[in-house]
Amino acid sequence: MKRVIILLTLIFSLILIVVALKSASDKNELTLCNTCPPGFELTDENVCKLRSLYQQYESVTGNDPGVGGLKTALPTVRDGFTPQQIDLGRYLFFDPVLSKDGSVSCATCHQPSKGFSDGLKTSVGIHNTKLKRAAPSLWNVAFYKKFFWDARSTSLEEQMTGPLYSEDEMGTTREQLLETLNDIKTYQSLFHQAFPKKKSTEIELNEIYTALTAFESSLISLNSRYDQYAHGYHEALSHEEIEGLNIFRSFVARCAECHTPPLFTNQQVAVIGLAEPDGKALDPGAQQTFQDPSLRGAFKVPSLRNIDRTAPYTHSGRFNTLREMIGFYSAGRGHEVAKNEKLHIHWHIWEPNLTNYEMDRLVDFVKTLTDESFRPQQPKVLPSGIAIDKPITSQALWSIQQNTH
Amino acid sequence: MKIFKRVLLTVVILAAGIYCGKLIFGRGSDIPAPMPTYFSQSTEPGDSVGIGAGTITGKIIEVKKGNSIQEAVGKASPGDLIRIYPGVYNETVYIDKDNISIQGVIENDEWPILDGQKKMNDAILYSGNGVLIENMKITNYKGNAIMGQAGNNYVIRNNWIVDTGVYGIFPQFGKNGVVERNILTGIEDAAIYIGMCDNVDVRFNEVYGNVAGIEIENSRHALVEFNYTHDNTGGILAFLTQGLPIKTCYDVIIRNNYVYNNNTKNFGAVGSTVSHIPAGTGILIMAADDITVENNIISGNDNAGITITDYAFAGVDHASDPESEPNSDRITLLDNFMSNNGNNPIADVKALMATQFSKLGPDIIAVGGGIGSCVINPSRYRTFGLNSYANCQVRDTRSIKTYLLDKPVMPRVTAQIEKGKMTYYGVCSGCHAFSTRLVGPPVNVIQALYKNNPQGIVDFIAHPIHKRDDYPEMPPQNYLTEETRKAVAEYMLSITK
Repeated sequence: MKRVIILLTLIFSLILIVVALKSASDKNELTLCNTCPPGFELTDENVCKLRSLYQQYESVTGNDPGVGGLKTALPTVRDGFTPQQIDLGRYLFFDPVLSKDGSVSCATCHQPSKGFSDGLKTSVGIHNTKLKRAAPSLWNVAFYKKFFWDARSTSLEEQMTGPLYSEDEMGTTREQLLETLNDIKTYQSLFHQAFPKKKSTEIELNEIYTALTAFESSLISLNSRYDQYAHGYHEALSHEEIEGLNIFRSFVARCAECHTPPLFTNQQVAVIGLAEPDGKALDPGAQQTFQDPSLRGAFKVPSLRNIDRTAPYTHSGRFNTLREMIGFYSAGRGHEVAKNEKLHIHWHIWEPNLTNYEMDRLVDFVKTLTDESFRPQQPKVLPSGIAIDKPITSQALWSIQQNTH
Repeated sequence: MKIFKRVLLTVVILAAGIYCGKLIFGRGSDIPAPMPTYFSQSTEPGDSVGIGAGTITGKIIEVKKGNSIQEAVGKASPGDLIRIYPGVYNETVYIDKDNISIQGVIENDEWPILDGQKKMNDAILYSGNGVLIENMKITNYKGNAIMGQAGNNYVIRNNWIVDTGVYGIFPQFGKNGVVERNILTGIEDAAIYIGMCDNVDVRFNEVYGNVAGIEIENSRHALVEFNYTHDNTGGILAFLTQGLPIKTCYDVIIRNNYVYNNNTKNFGAVGSTVSHIPAGTGILIMAADDITVENNIISGNDNAGITITDYAFAGVDHASDPESEPNSDRITLLDNFMSNNGNNPIADVKALMATQFSKLGPDIIAVGGGIGSCVINPSRYRTFGLNSYANCQVRDTRSIKTYLLDKPVMPRVTAQIEKGKMTYYGVCSGCHAFSTRLVGPPVNVIQALYKNNPQGIVDFIAHPIHKRDDYPEMPPQNYLTEETRKAVAEYMLSITK
């Protein structure tokens, strides 16, 4: 047995060396990954399909998926991309060449180490432009039907045209984007790997959108300690955390009414009556999207998955800590609404009068929603040749997983 | 004579005041304990209980005064019956397991009482399927007496619920359940609130002194039958509320209920939907579709016997929801007995009455849009806004006995191989790939080590030990059941890519 292990280790090391040498010699000949990211099974048709323990709860005769409760099926997922499309999307996602001057990538505001947000109150775009709203996390976007804080997009493909072509964010244009990528030999090769049936030799916009969508849809976080509890291992949470769960789902705090498990969002827009920071004018939010005054100040209910990683909170980064955020909900319906504003505040916002003890337990509970075990690797080199800083080592990844136990 | 009349009046007012006072403040010990007309006291395995478990298949756990119900739930396994003996229990009980039955034991009129002392949020929270809760007195909570989230096949019966905050009995996102023979009072929103559920029977309940008696909201296939709803602000409601993930409310039958004197002043929380309900509301249908109202006795409701409306009328000021259709469509009003309604209507209703030169308020009032509605023989009632209602083709709903499913909602049967696959990709693939190193060793290396030995993997992953210096120690996967670990071990050994 021991001999077998030594032999295997030797063979394995040899393979590793060969692979390492090969990748070193083909530095400019990037090959896209032919396996699926974690969480996905590669089918015989060469597409990646999501696999999750939550699929045990899918039932033809049961209740609607994704609307709450512990053992609840997930909403429909956006999957079925090829490993190559997902991997190409990963390169594009981290590559600042997508912006007007090569300074901003998707990952600038959606940093893997910060819960795919950026740790800022509101994000900063091209030329250090301060933007209006905070960068939302990208974990589990594969399940979402609406995008942006104001719910103005209904697909990831549509969503990404916002930041890409906004003068304040990435600042590029469709023409410039195509020209730039088509000028890079490596990208030409990668797009042919990802879209082998493509007829044109040119890279096309919808291929860019598909690849980025494929990558973003691969960011799955469903293995937190909370999930272990939900699947039936009740020892996964401490006594205080279970107390927090019970406060979370109780009808006094009502958190679980909008932040419904398993995604911890019901994907609706809601008016919570939050004032803007520093006396700024009220952000109308979804009022603009739907041209409906009753939605003034309405925003998409954000997921609480990995919420411990994405401070500060709210569309304007109003609160630095979870405790402050919870304090807002407990402080009473409409307590921040300006006198001249008539807001249609959601009926779940009321006066729960939570005790300090209860608010602390809520913080304990939402921190159990952290799971970054499927965090993707940042590419070591980018097809554009632009340098990338701080690659995530597998060691760092490991330490994150340790935190979740 | 005049003095006598005055004295009489004073006495009457005083008596009414005491009655109301008792209703609102005195829901306590001086009201005799109601004896359920029917209740089960199962004592042996094999006895019939809920619709999930069907029968008690496991053990019987007894909880006596001074012990914790939650502790018993912690010890219970699916199929077990937990019997609670008389006594006061101050706790929040949560049931995140399937097929657990909680049964109060009522001895000599003494009930087991869950008392939240106005400090605790909820008495009972459940997420499991096949949960049964019966014969419990529940009082003094701030949130709910009984709240379910996503549990199917639930049975909630014979409970006596007094002032438990926002809701009394609130199954949410559940399919196939029954709420019957409960008595509820003093609830500041809906006493029985069926929220985003499917296939539910609500029957033989008595609800009084609440803001809303029975509310069917964003639910489908609900039968509300043989209930006694009196002295609430509103008796029976069917709503489609905006901004919820379920966007429809339809196929509700409100039949054979006694809806009487629902004139209690609204004491709902500011901002809640029900806070807009005018006192004197018998039955209220808002934005819901395919609702049948049949053979009810609807009497003494001072605003209106039956109100059918869209969002505009009731004063509800929720943000609108483009996905929620705001009209009440296809309302079917069959034979109902209505008398003495509309004695003191609100201003909006009075304005409508003026257009018909009526001094008396409505038995039935319909406002707002809506199509396909009908009424049988409307001339026997005082009606407003029913001009577009056709004569119903349907005469009764006799053919529908229940909306419960023939068989309980069965959990999806996940084959072992499928479970192994879900676990491998859903959990293990974060650290293990087939032939490349991620965090842990590649699967093909593991396959070589554990050939024909899945049990070796089952044991190792539950309690890993640090074996190899070139890899970090694996975190234990003991949160996966032995069965799941076996499934994933077998699957892991079988894959080829």
